[in-house]
Amino acid sequence: MVSTLTLCRDRRTQETGCLEELGTMANGLWHDNRERIFLFYSFFKTLVGQPVTVELKNDLAITGVLVSVDQFLNIKLDNIKVVDEERYPHMLAVKNCFIRGSVVRYVQLPAPSVDTALLQDAARRERQQPAAVGRK
Amino acid sequence: MDSFQIFTTSTSLVDSVDKKLLVVLRDGRKLVGILRSFDQFANLVLQDTIERIYVGDTYGDIPRGIFIIRGENVVLLGEIDEDKEDELPLREVPVEEVLQIQREEMEVKVRKEKTKHRMLSEQGFSVDAAEFGELY
Repeated sequence: MVSTLTLCRDRRTQETGCLEELGTMANGLWHDNRERIFLFYSFFKTLVGQPVTVELKNDLAITGVLVSVDQFLNIKLDNIKVVDEERYPHMLAVKNCFIRGSVVRYVQLPAPSVDTALLQDAARRERQQPAAVGRK
Repeated sequence: MDSFQIFTTSTSLVDSVDKKLLVVLRDGRKLVGILRSFDQFANLVLQDTIERIYVGDTYGDIPRGIFIIRGENVVLLGEIDEDKEDELPLREVPVEEVLQIQREEMEVKVRKEKTKHRMLSEQGFSVDAAEFGELY
């Protein structure tokens, strides 16, 4: 779990809430595959407030400001705009939406706000210290 | 762990309770209703629900009543912007009319698809019948 914590701390964009949650995990609540999910969860939390494009498995692509993410990677977007509006007239009146994590195909992120070196580092360190850190 | 899970998904949907929402389901249906309850799987309870069928620049409503939706079928929940709703380039028509147009469009599509399948199989390609039509 150390890597994920570091990821948050390094970003310096995190509210303390995220660190607290990660702290709870470090107390041994989570199993190893969960921790791996949590790397992405923490990563997405660092992107809150950024414009992203979410492409769904039904080919609908929505651009909007990321409002929140949870552990299932459900996504909430604000000020949404559908990429191909004519094909999806039902989305015209929608201003913000909740997307279920299970129907997401891709999330396109703004490149400047992604520190790939940091992510790579976090992933590598997670491999080096399997599960042991997060458990008692 | 469970209490933690419930906590995070709740934070993302709790603001939408008692609001009029558009719910898109995996089978492509669009429901408009008032969200009354939900849980961590995005199982939903909708009250005073109507099913809205969109064809081209028209739509028709079918009153449906109360829905309990199993979470796995939810694609997205959108909050409807009342200001935008009034100035949509769409017009409401009686359901029968929409269903009629929808049926005609479907027939055209099926015919096209059949021709395509026939031509492909004449060329020796095997055709996956499951690819038929447009899912959600």
